[in-house]
Amino acid sequence: MKFGFRHALLVFLGLNFSAADAQMVKVFKFDELTKRRYHAHDSIVVINIWATWCKPCVEELPGFLKLEQEFENKRVRFVYLSIDFKRELETKLLPFLRKNQISSEVILLDEPDYNSWIDKIDPSWQGSIPATLITDAKAGKQLFHEGELTYEELKSMINPLLP
Amino acid sequence: MKKITLLALILSLGLLSSFVPLGEGYKVGDKVQDFNLRNVDGTRVSLAGQKEAKGFIVIFTCNHCPFSVAYEDRIIALHQKYAPQGYPVIAINPNDAGTVPEDDFESMMERAREKKFPFAYLHDESQDVARAFGAARTPHVFVIQKDKGDMLVKYIGAIDDNTDDPSAATRKYVENAMEELIKGELVSLSFTKAIGCTIKWKK
Repeated sequence: MKFGFRHALLVFLGLNFSAADAQMVKVFKFDELTKRRYHAHDSIVVINIWATWCKPCVEELPGFLKLEQEFENKRVRFVYLSIDFKRELETKLLPFLRKNQISSEVILLDEPDYNSWIDKIDPSWQGSIPATLITDAKAGKQLFHEGELTYEELKSMINPLLP
Repeated sequence: MKKITLLALILSLGLLSSFVPLGEGYKVGDKVQDFNLRNVDGTRVSLAGQKEAKGFIVIFTCNHCPFSVAYEDRIIALHQKYAPQGYPVIAINPNDAGTVPEDDFESMMERAREKKFPFAYLHDESQDVARAFGAARTPHVFVIQKDKGDMLVKYIGAIDDNTDDPSAATRKYVENAMEELIKGELVSLSFTKAIGCTIKWKK
């Protein structure tokens, strides 16, 4: 029963933890991104804004992936929001994800007029990447960090939000 | 099954974070303090030293950041268009070369030669100028106009609305601001944001 539910959830979320080759990247406009639905009990959503060309983003990624695994059963959802150019989806983003065996949820945000949506993510964001947004729906909290985060730093941001 | 949308999350929570103070640095309308930095041609460049200029298009940019590189040709075009009208581009590289070796002074000289930069490309080695301006990413533009004895910030932000494809850019933020300034009008859109690389501050 428990497996059935979990399985249904995975299917619902379009995730596939077993095969990195099957990595699917959704290409979203900003309004599609904001309509992206998550289960209410996945109360905490960590959104990492990154790109394959961004060196500090790539450097901080392993810490995020490790925490994603550690928090898998604690209803913390991780979303990797790539702002790679759409034309480089096949040539850069997908090869990068395959090479690094990343099967997490990756969304390519195809919205070139950055000025139109940066403030909607967080008004304090100046626009540099990496940047990370953590939303906790139940507690009504939003944390935002511009710049790199280490494994320890990210963990210490998430831990106080956990029940 | 109960579901929530990210929009709901962001909308309901966005207000909470609006109290976060903006980074320090200049805002539109502020007076700019002069600086004196080393140019890739070996000279030192200050704003006061350019008596015939009516203002400047100061751009924090660098060698290594792909978004800076994507804008290089457009930065050259801005200089070619507006330097003859009294507003030269002044490019400033604020990155710590200890963190990014591609942004050291030698590499800056090399890049300026390769791309035949027609504008000053200055090395902000102490990072004091970037800090004073409140530069937060590369590229990051500050349009400055001389006003009596002062130098005032008239526009802060992005160059245009399409990093990847210049021909697809529909809003040319800096050009629009420049046209309005030159006509003596108020800059209608004086602040924009863009994606860019973090400034590599010294640790």
